[in-house]
Formats: sequence, C-alpha cells, structure tokens
Amino acid sequence: MEGLLEKVLSLSVLLGMLTSGIRLATPYLYAAIGETFGQRSGVLNLGVEGQMLMGAFAAFYVTWRTGNLLLGLLAAVVVGALMGLAMAVVTVNLHAEQGISGIGFYLFGLGMSDLLFQKLLGTVRTVEPFPDLPIPLLSDIPLLGPVFFRHNVLVYAAYLLVPLAWFVLNKTTLGLNIRSVGENPEAADSLGISVARVRYFTIILGGVLSGIAGAALSVGLLGVFQQNMTSGLGFIAVALVYFGAWRPLGVLAGALIFSLVNAMQLWVQVLGVPIPSELAVMMPYILTIVVLVLTVSRARPPSALTKPFEREA
Amino acid sequence: MKRLTDVLFDALLPLLAASLALLVGAVFLMVMRVNPLTAYAALVEGAFGTPNAVAETLVKATPLLLVGLGICIAFQANVINIGGEGQMIVGAILGTLVGLTFTDWPGWVVIPLAMLTGFVGGALWGGIPGVLKAYFNVNEILSTVMMNAIAVQIMNYLLRGPMIDPVQKAMASEIPQTAALEMAFRLPRWVPTRLHLGTLLAVVLAVVVHVFLWHTVWGYRIRAVGKNPDASRYAGIPVKRYTVLALLLSGAFAGLAGVVQVYGVNYRMITDGSASGFTGNAGFNGIVAALFGGLHPLGTVPASVLFGALLVGANKMQRAVQVPSALVIALNGLVVVFVVSSEYWRRRRQRRRMALQREAEAPRPVQETAAASSASGGQD
Repeated sequence: MEGLLEKVLSLSVLLGMLTSGIRLATPYLYAAIGETFGQRSGVLNLGVEGQMLMGAFAAFYVTWRTGNLLLGLLAAVVVGALMGLAMAVVTVNLHAEQGISGIGFYLFGLGMSDLLFQKLLGTVRTVEPFPDLPIPLLSDIPLLGPVFFRHNVLVYAAYLLVPLAWFVLNKTTLGLNIRSVGENPEAADSLGISVARVRYFTIILGGVLSGIAGAALSVGLLGVFQQNMTSGLGFIAVALVYFGAWRPLGVLAGALIFSLVNAMQLWVQVLGVPIPSELAVMMPYILTIVVLVLTVSRARPPSALTKPFEREA
Repeated sequence: MKRLTDVLFDALLPLLAASLALLVGAVFLMVMRVNPLTAYAALVEGAFGTPNAVAETLVKATPLLLVGLGICIAFQANVINIGGEGQMIVGAILGTLVGLTFTDWPGWVVIPLAMLTGFVGGALWGGIPGVLKAYFNVNEILSTVMMNAIAVQIMNYLLRGPMIDPVQKAMASEIPQTAALEMAFRLPRWVPTRLHLGTLLAVVLAVVVHVFLWHTVWGYRIRAVGKNPDASRYAGIPVKRYTVLALLLSGAFAGLAGVVQVYGVNYRMITDGSASGFTGNAGFNGIVAALFGGLHPLGTVPASVLFGALLVGANKMQRAVQVPSALVIALNGLVVVFVVSSEYWRRRRQRRRMALQREAEAPRPVQETAAASSASGGQD
C-alpha cells in the first residue's frame, strides 16, 4: 500500500496528471465561456451538449474528408453558429422557455450527430488530431515546460480566451451592454440598447464556442468521433458557469479543478489503485454538486436570467 | 369558462408543432435521398401495422408515461427535472434487489413491495436535488444531470460486482447483469405480445395524478407555488417544502418506471455502461411526452403513445429505408423546440382575449389573491 502511494505521488505522475488536466479542461473552457456570455445577457442555453456534439461531428467529418484541420474547425464554427441562431430565434423572438428549448436542442444534436455518423462514417474512424506545438524556449523549462507549453493550438487558445472574455465583459461597451441586458433589460432598452440584438450576439457566440468545444474534443484531443462522445460534458460546462459565479476567471478555476480531478481519476485507474473505477468516475460529479452547494448560495445570478424580454406595448 | 375554439386551438397547436417537426424530418430524409412518404409509411406500419406492433408501441409508451407523470408534477411547481434517467436507474436497482432477495415470497407480496421500494428510491434520487434547490439555491437542472451520472456509475458498479448474476460470475465473459427474476415475480402479460400489466397501472396512475394535482390541497399548493412563489409564501404555503415535494414525487414516478421496466419487460437489469442502455432515453423522452401532453397527466397518456409509436416505428423505418433510428431522437428534439415556441401564439391569443374581455366588461373588484386566481386559472 505504501509503495502504491509513493507511486501515485511521484513527481512524474503528478506532472502527468497536471498535463492531462490542462488538456482536458479545453472543451469545458470553450463551452463554459460561451455559456457565460449567454447567461450574463440573461439567456440560459441548455443546448450546449447538442451544439458540442454537432460541432464535434462537423469538425471530424470535414477533417476526415479534406485532411484539413482548419477547414474542420471552420465547419464546427459554422454549425455551432447555426444552432445558436436557431436558439436565438426561439428564445428571443418567440420567448420560448429557455430551459426546455435547450433540452430540445440537446436531443436534436444528440440524434442528428448520431444519424450523420451512421450515414456518413458508418464506423469509428480516426484522423490525426491537431499536432502539439511546443512554444520555443518556454517548453524547454525543466519540469514545468512540458506541462504548460507543449499543447496544441486549441489548448493555448482556450486559455487565452479567458482573459479576453474577462476584458470584453468588464472593460468594453459591448460587455457593459451585455451585462445591463442581463441585469435590467427594461433599463437597457430605455437607454437605446437593443436587447434582442445583444442576445442574438451572445447566443450565437455561445453556439460558435460550443461548436469549437466539440472540435477541441474530436479533432483536438482524440482524433475520433463517436456517438454521444460528449457524454454530459456540455451539461457540466453549464454547471461550471454557476460554479464560477458568472465570471470568466471563476469558470477557469472550475474547469481546472474539474478536469484535474478527472485526470487524477484516469491516472488512478492506470496505476491500478484498488478503488472501484466507477467510484473514481463519479467523483467529479459528486465534487461538482458539493462545490455548487458551497458556492452558488453565495453568488447571485444575473437578474434577468431565463426571463424573455418583451417591450411594453 | 373556455370557449370551444380556444379548446380546439390549445389541442391543435402541439399537433401543428409536431407536424412541422415531421416536415423538417421529411427535408432531412430527402437530403438522404429517401422518399419521406415511404419512410413515414414504414414508421406508421411499424408502430400500428399489426396487433403485436400496437402492443410494442404501448410497451414503449409505458415508461414515457410514468416518467411524464412525474414531469407534469414537477413542471406544475415550476421545477425542471431532467434527472429521470438516474431516478429510473436507482428505482430499478432497489426494486430488483427486492425481487432477488425475497425469492421464496409470493409474487403478490414481492411485486407491490418492489414497486414501492422503487418509488421510494426514485423519490430519494429526485428529493436530493429538491433539497439542494429549496435550501441551497442549487439549480435543479444541473444537480439532476449530475445525479444521472452518479446513478449510472452506481449501476455499473453493482451490476459488475455485488449484484452480478452468479452464473455470469462463474463464466469468463462476466456480462454485467443481475440474475433473472423468479417467474412468479414477472408482471402478467397479454400473451403472445409483450404488453404487460404495468401499462394499465400507468394509465390508472395518470388519473390519480390528475386528481392529486387538481382536487387535493397538496396539488393546489404545488401549482400555486409554481405559478407565483411570492404570493404563495404570503398566503402561508411553505414554498420550500412544496418544491421538495414536487421533485420527490417527480423522481418517485421515474423510479417506478424503472421497476416496471424490470418486472414487466426485461426481468433483469443489464448495463452497457451508459444510462440509455437501461432506460432507452425514457428519462428524456418522458419530458417530451409530458410537454406534448400540455403538462397535464391525462394529456400525457396519448402523447406517450404517440412517442412510443415513433420509437417503435423508427426501427421498422431503419430496416425499410436504411435511415438510422437516431432520426427519431432528433425529431423529438425538434418537437420540443416547436412545442415550446408555439406557446408564443397561445399567449398572444390569451392576451388578446383578455384585452377584449376587459373592454366588454366593466371593471370589477379582484376577489381572490393573486396565487389563488392564477393557480386556478390552469384548471380546465
């Protein structure tokens, strides 16, 4: 037992966990940052999982057909944007219940990506995923270099997205508009801000980022597409937004904790630590609930979240 | 009092929404170079073509109805329960344990006991998110999703280990499944079809839930809490407790659905590692059925049959025109989207009618509290 503990706590294993944790956080980051924009403008998008599945499929299929990863990524962006557009029409123009229509889009993405997979691919195929791009000099730092600076471009971009999102939300007029539409749409409207236009923007942005999140999984991390390959990842991304109290930095912290626990779980299984693998797999979910209990009751969601805006006639 | 045209409008709107979804499906089919008429004909044929097909449709509709009844209760309290999958699993595990433990007891004791246990198990799995929502402000949509993932792992662990069929344990393959239930514990069937007594039970429960929601104090309070929590609190209703009760009951019906699947259809639990491997997505499709049924227990009965038919027919369609049955999952999603979107026109109509009424009648004093009037407004 002691030998096992030493094995788990050895430096190389810890660094390995850290590296895979950083990688695994990327899909969560894209999806949860996109969701943050939506929720800050007052729109809860529960269709993230469906958008991710469609994005993951589109990216994989186009890459597989053309051999061009960037075209694949572009396909995920387009598909995500289209799904976001549909969501925007339904929630902004038709005032549909956001939670339920999100479930509808989830089921649509789940079924559609499965259908396309069976029709167009037929079986599990592989492509060469985005190659690692070691950053010169930095990646040569002993120990920490490989952990932080030997990833593919989608991983780096995900982490750059966090400060960018923080900047846009807190330091630009656009961010101010988004926040005011989410807190008090009536006041924003009376100041001449188009609530509909702002929400269209955030929902479509959310769709694009969810699409990229799917691509980060299928052609970024794994190089395969499978039915329901996200298996709840999109819902966890939504949870991370609550977890992060609607702030990009909080979301980053949540994504890192969650994926580090996930990475630890994978390593624990690889090393043959004698705990049931099922228990290990459920740990991140239990952790999410516990952290939601500890954090959410203190944070306050955007006031207009899930409330459709209607101009007084 | 509602006018006939309004009743018709309310009934036709979801049908219109569903037709629109089928129309979009037809476009997808044409893109796949499949004649949509041939495909849909195969679907209808597969769902209703023979007595056995009808029986299969009803078998598929049963868990949708049971889950859907719970969804109706939750939605009336304005709570969104998407934990049906996990609640079904936990209910089924506990119900199966009863059947595997008391093997020498008579069936008329074990079957009701198993159902009760599953009911309680589902209630527990729904009640936890309920408590988290009411007392810790945790969004129930998120917690129920997490509870689904946890339930799947518990099922996988139990079926691979402690609850595995001793026969499988002895074999090298070790298929993760429990032992089969005793013959005496299996719900009676309408031989030669697979139609079982659980279907009848579900329909009876639909009536019970209807009476509960519209003719008991608890039901009234659940609806009042859903319509206007602030006014309900003001009227002295313990809002938090009723939120928990709604999720508790919602989970309980899903748990019962899990037990009925085991005792009526499969006679054992088996896992392929995923939730849908056991539930067949009934935890999600039950939401679709309930929504389509207007979140009304009696409306959910025909709605469940419709979606059961879609699921059964999809298999026939897959064989006939080689269109993967996953199309039906996508179509279900579209139905949800279209049904919630169509509410827009219903609300607009309602507003116009109310404006007309205000013009026609002189202003009159408001007699009821806001909660009472808006809650009873849902009664028709």
